[in-house]
Amino acid sequence: MTVTAVRKDPQRLTLTIEAEFDASVERVWQLWADPRQLERWWGPPTYPATFTKHDLAPGGRIEYHMTGPAGDQPHGYWDVLEVDPPRRIVLRGGCAYADGTLTTEIPISTIRVGIEELAQGRTRMSIENVFPSTEAMEQILAMGTEEGQRQAVSQADAILAEETIQL
Amino acid sequence: MQIAPPGFDRVFSALADHTRRDIVRRAISAEEGVLELASHYPISFAAVQKHVAVLERAGVITKQRIGRRRIVRTNREAVLVARRLLDQYEGLWRARIDRMNELIAETAGAIDTAETKESKR
Repeated sequence: MTVTAVRKDPQRLTLTIEAEFDASVERVWQLWADPRQLERWWGPPTYPATFTKHDLAPGGRIEYHMTGPAGDQPHGYWDVLEVDPPRRIVLRGGCAYADGTLTTEIPISTIRVGIEELAQGRTRMSIENVFPSTEAMEQILAMGTEEGQRQAVSQADAILAEETIQL
Repeated sequence: MQIAPPGFDRVFSALADHTRRDIVRRAISAEEGVLELASHYPISFAAVQKHVAVLERAGVITKQRIGRRRIVRTNREAVLVARRLLDQYEGLWRARIDRMNELIAETAGAIDTAETKESKR
């Protein structure tokens, strides 16, 4: 597993997860900077994400929707608060209706991404999620995640099993 | 869309204060009344009473009558909701990181293949 640390603070509603990748800082940065790559990992296989706007610059905006198995399309957005390529991104996001208007005045999460080189070709990414309330957390989790999440894990396991056989 | 039971925002603003979190921690064992709780803090009895009232309104603690005493008891269920939600988030991000890895492996594979082709020429 590449996840190296998980910190959860139920009183401050914060989750920090750290992962290490066998790739350069630039390569890991592209996971966020390239919307076509972002949509490959943001949503689970049953709820693939489509990014319709991706202005990764301070004050910029990112808009996306996910498409569920029943054709449902929850929409989301992020306001880009800070960007320091290829090391740091701060986003504040929430849910939106299909026409782009927000479902709530209050953003439902802040995401801070940090990317640092550990060694040549070895990179650590840390992702900190801060939520204003448990209602906000429920809202994001309801955006096509739980069921799909299990499927993503089983798919990953299938790929890993295949690789083992090939080795 | 599943929304948290009403009042959970209140739970978390109630828990946003250091003294109140400490009261919640102490009240898990449900042995003390407000007077005993107040003795742990360098603030007035009235101030502690106020904190207890905030926690009680949020449903984080309840007062329970045992004989002539009123014991403060933590409602563990309310506190556990946040932990359950954070666990779900952890699963969400673990799955995303798995997909990031697949994507990186895929593009690394593409470069390797290109290099192999190059060297075979």
